[in-house]
Amino acid sequence: MNNIWLITQREYLTRVKNKAFILTTLLAPLGLLVFFGAVGFVASQSSDEQKIIQIVDPSKILGDKFETKQKNLIFVMSNENVDALKTKYKDKSFYGILEVAPLKDSTSTEYNAMWYSDDQLALDETSAISKSIENKIRDYKLLKLNIDQKALDHLETDVTLEPHSILEDKKVSSITSMVSGALGAVVGYLMFFIILLYGSQVMRSVMEEKINRIVEVLISSVKPFELMMGKVLGVGLVGLTQIAIWAILMPIISMIGSKMMGIDTSQMVDTASMPPEMMNSMTGKIGSILAELKNMNWILIVPLTLFYFIAGYFAYASLFAAVGSAVGEDINEAQSLTFPLMLPLMFGFYISISAISAPDSTMVVWASMIPLLSSVVMPVRLPFDPPAWQIIVSVVSLIVFSIFLVWLAARIYRVGILMYGKKASFKELAKWVFYKG
Amino acid sequence: MNALSLQHVVKTYHNHIAVNDVSFDVKQGTIFGILGPNGAGKTSMIRIITSITAADQGQVLINGKALGTLPPNQIGYMPEERGLYKKMKVAEQLIYLAQLKGLSYHDAKKNVKMWLEKLDIISWWDRRIDELSKGMSQKIQFICTVAHEPSLIILDEPFSGLDPINANLIKDEIYNLKENGATILFSTHRMEQVEEICEDIVLINKGKNILYGNVNQIKRDFKENKYSIKYEGQLSIDPAQQGYSVVNHKDNELILKADNANHTPNDLLKTLINSNVGIVGFSEILPSLNEIFIKQVESVNHE
Repeated sequence: MNNIWLITQREYLTRVKNKAFILTTLLAPLGLLVFFGAVGFVASQSSDEQKIIQIVDPSKILGDKFETKQKNLIFVMSNENVDALKTKYKDKSFYGILEVAPLKDSTSTEYNAMWYSDDQLALDETSAISKSIENKIRDYKLLKLNIDQKALDHLETDVTLEPHSILEDKKVSSITSMVSGALGAVVGYLMFFIILLYGSQVMRSVMEEKINRIVEVLISSVKPFELMMGKVLGVGLVGLTQIAIWAILMPIISMIGSKMMGIDTSQMVDTASMPPEMMNSMTGKIGSILAELKNMNWILIVPLTLFYFIAGYFAYASLFAAVGSAVGEDINEAQSLTFPLMLPLMFGFYISISAISAPDSTMVVWASMIPLLSSVVMPVRLPFDPPAWQIIVSVVSLIVFSIFLVWLAARIYRVGILMYGKKASFKELAKWVFYKG
Repeated sequence: MNALSLQHVVKTYHNHIAVNDVSFDVKQGTIFGILGPNGAGKTSMIRIITSITAADQGQVLINGKALGTLPPNQIGYMPEERGLYKKMKVAEQLIYLAQLKGLSYHDAKKNVKMWLEKLDIISWWDRRIDELSKGMSQKIQFICTVAHEPSLIILDEPFSGLDPINANLIKDEIYNLKENGATILFSTHRMEQVEEICEDIVLINKGKNILYGNVNQIKRDFKENKYSIKYEGQLSIDPAQQGYSVVNHKDNELILKADNANHTPNDLLKTLINSNVGIVGFSEILPSLNEIFIKQVESVNHE
């Protein structure tokens, strides 16, 4: 036990102190920020040139004031007619002329506004102008057709299907499945990503020790199993550290970033331009999502998700260690051996995606109980409150199978690390399992 | 008491016998050589002694105790293929490896410091292994083998890759360790080193123990009654009449081989002295271990 701890410590410390680790851990969130900043910058580039547009609107459809989301477009209400403005266009004191002809028929659903200019409007400018005109015409028609806006609003009904259990006593609500799905998707994706990333790090570490031959010195002091376990644990802890750092850094950096860039997140959802009723329903939705998250059976979900992560990680990382021990310096050889390992992981990942929309389908239920698949699929199902017996079957089978896999991997590992110059195939690995001593 | 005792050890790797019924004892506080051509089973045997693999049959006793029962710090092992963590610092690495042998951090640090000072490389404390030359990292490898004060030290080709100065340095340290009571097991195919350093040897070929015993005794056992005579003046006798055949006669050195063991060198000397030739030197030529080694290996291979 003491030896495993020593090995874990070394694995952890040398990795965490490694410059590459520090850089990727700190720079990944920063890189993400720079990326989004660049995207925002590029997007904002198109619209900084001020364009003055003369509006000819004899029937006052647009009212006294007209503006669009594109703040660079400045609209001036003109009293002159189109032809007079066209002659003035020559001196380029304005960008173009927007003619809004009188609406002949208030019931018509088609309308053409005219754009006169030698310059093309950008795509988003065109759509912003038409959108704004649409709204104005709508208001204009309401007036003309004598329709009360309030009465019209009353026609809008927000329908939710509210579920109630009959036999079981559990609280369910309309957005349970939505919130659960989102939660499950995040967990499932993280599982896949983390297991793959850190599993292959274990493999590299094993290969490194084998290639620089220190492994023979090491296993004259410690048992191969201790060495493998220490490695799996150490790399796993590094993974947890990295995730923890990211979890703390991401929100801080994105907060600082949005302050610096002047991107106000509240602007993304333009609450100001939203009618108050809609605002209410929005805040109501957010409130019920929060309530839903509060309602989740966290006491069950958190430890179980952690369990699936740890069990899955141990099983996969040990298998990766076994593969690492079997191959020598040739990374290509390792790839052909890791591919079959990744198959169940990828398969599980795809099933977990379908589990988000259909958590109770036969395939998903079975996959959530089959070891290896279950460590990716079951965490996705957990927020949907699966039956207890399925959880128990899944947990027990995963424990048993993980122990078996770790044992199997250790059998291969102990032979593999001392084998040189032998081409490792699955047939060969299977033989190693049965070698004695 | 025997520091190490192998009793009928057998190790089979799927359809190939690597160690075939090998027995020998290593006395405490001696330097013992394991010899054998490449692929003879030396490494397989050492891996059994270091518990890296287990024997199929037979028993290995260290200080009279079975392998599994003793603490890991009893053995220090330097494999033929050297290996260290290239990215780790010298001291950090040595302390870690000594800790794996069961030393506390404090003791490990103390011993590592002592050894680095002893070999006059304390300034390497914070250097990374990949900054060191091959010879330098060999020294580190040696410290890593002995830093935990093992009672049995197993060295596989310890001088390969070392220049003569550093080889002598390590050799002196090996003698020191022996003086302090450690037993040294020394695996090599470099015979001149064995003749110089080892007291007892075992010769392994094709997994079998084909020769075992004291180096001087073995050389005497394999002597061919050859003598070298250095003289001045004119040689006037015929060695064939005295029961000797001439192996080589060059300048003023005559190498003779007795036709049978009944001829004592005294008779030969008497005759020579009486023939008025000036004797400058007389010595018995014992076979080198190298000759014995090649002879034995070839005779076994021809069987």
